[in-house]
Amino acid sequence: MDLFIDVLSWTLLTLGGLAVLVGGIGALRMPDLYTRMHAASVTDSLGAILVIAGIMLQAGLSLATIKLAAILLFLLLTSPTSSNALASAALLAGTKPLSERSDAEGES
Amino acid sequence: MTEIFGTFLLSLLVITAVAIVRTKNLFVAVMLMSIASLLIAAVFFLLDAADVALTEAAVGAGISTVLFLGALALTFERERPSATKRALPVIVTVIAALVVIYATFDKPRLGDPEAPVHRHVAPWYLEKTPEYVDIPNVVTAVLGTFRGYDTLGEVFVVFTAGIGVLFLLGYGRVTRSADEETEINVGLRHHLIPRTVGRLLIPFILLFGLYVQFHGEYGPGGGFQAGAIIAASMILYALLEGERHALDVLPQRLLLGLMAGGAILYTGVGILGMLLGGNFLDYSVLSDNPVAGQQLGIILIEAGVGITVTGTLLAIFHAFAARER
Amino acid sequence: MAVFELFNYWVFAILLMIGFYAVIAKPNLIKKLIGLSLFQSAVFLLYISMGRVEGGTAPIFSDNAETALFSNPLPQVLILTAIVVGISTLALGLGIVVRIREEYGSIEENEIAEIDRR
Repeated sequence: MDLFIDVLSWTLLTLGGLAVLVGGIGALRMPDLYTRMHAASVTDSLGAILVIAGIMLQAGLSLATIKLAAILLFLLLTSPTSSNALASAALLAGTKPLSERSDAEGES
Repeated sequence: MTEIFGTFLLSLLVITAVAIVRTKNLFVAVMLMSIASLLIAAVFFLLDAADVALTEAAVGAGISTVLFLGALALTFERERPSATKRALPVIVTVIAALVVIYATFDKPRLGDPEAPVHRHVAPWYLEKTPEYVDIPNVVTAVLGTFRGYDTLGEVFVVFTAGIGVLFLLGYGRVTRSADEETEINVGLRHHLIPRTVGRLLIPFILLFGLYVQFHGEYGPGGGFQAGAIIAASMILYALLEGERHALDVLPQRLLLGLMAGGAILYTGVGILGMLLGGNFLDYSVLSDNPVAGQQLGIILIEAGVGITVTGTLLAIFHAFAARER
Repeated sequence: MAVFELFNYWVFAILLMIGFYAVIAKPNLIKKLIGLSLFQSAVFLLYISMGRVEGGTAPIFSDNAETALFSNPLPQVLILTAIVVGISTLALGLGIVVRIREEYGSIEENEIAEIDRR
């Protein structure tokens, strides 16, 4: 049973690390601000869930698990909100998405 | 394994620092500065300094970014490129860096238990804390009791900075306009999602700040971190609801009272020690049992520190935010 | 490995000099303040690195720990004070920069000296 939980938590942690890596590569390689944000938000949602679930399995049933669950809840509440705020701010500042730019304008 | 991780984080820190200095856009520099603060907080945690990591994360990554952004809103966002490229600063910097690196070869290696810094006072503190003070967090015991006079000086430094900024930038009065009660463009009211989530989060942030304040003796925490966290929650409220409403909720007079009140509380505990027959800032006489007296004294002074830090950080924020451009 | 023994101190030296370079070479006043903040962070790194004891834990007594080896609490207390003092001086410095901007209209050091000379 212990071995099963260990293997499961290591799998979750590795998958979480892969999700963060994918988010990072996407944030670098995407052409536009909005697509970059979309890629980076994978880190905050999927990556956070997998990594924190892996750590919760390592901690077992203790106070640390409850604290980790609270951290996960607040992370899931705040990071999509900040992405929304960032996208609203970019729209208000005049950054146009890639599909709406005419060919005459350059990339921003 | 942790050494490799620490090395990795420190390399990221150096790269971020180079990017901070080289970028021309000050807004980008401030954002990178907050990332650098978070990296340093992680490094502090790896080096077994939990209290310092919490303080650096709350104060460096949180409050300092807000202050820089407040100042940037009142000044310019971009740096003018300098016309002349001079070689002298680079030469001086490189020579000084080489000298400092040469000096570090004399240091004992990282983590050496025989290093001179671990002799003299530090083992005495670790040994005597269970006997004199009996609280689990040694850092709070040293900060509150053994080096309590230094902490009093620090509270006065925070207070002085608050008064200094209020002298420079004014009291922070915002002129009232007639229909601001129902105006939808105040603060972030127009944006529903940040506003709703923000209002949901503010009570939890306050609760966490109080938790950090009162658990300073049992784990990482204490007055400074709690003050920064509570101030951050009120700054979030000011960002969401607009400056005028935030000043209605916590007027500047109240913030001035908080600033002074914390320092008065701290000094008052010290004088109370003198009145009860001990020395200044001697907590043992506050109760029949000296150990209980020490614990009571630490709770009171940490409360004083938290109150002053909250009041000062909020007063400084409002001084920046309410200043007319 | 040998590189880990002194790596923290080398990073301290590099960060110190990066911050110092920003203070002396950049004419923008806010850039100077950012460089000063980096300088302070480097000094904090030095002190906390000195306080580490290998095999030790954070200096917090807990019931279920049998190890008697703790890292040194004294540098941590000093740096706790130093962080708060650093941000106090930062706030004051930013207030002065805002007032300079209002009086002179610019925050570049050479332009301010130019206006002063007239």
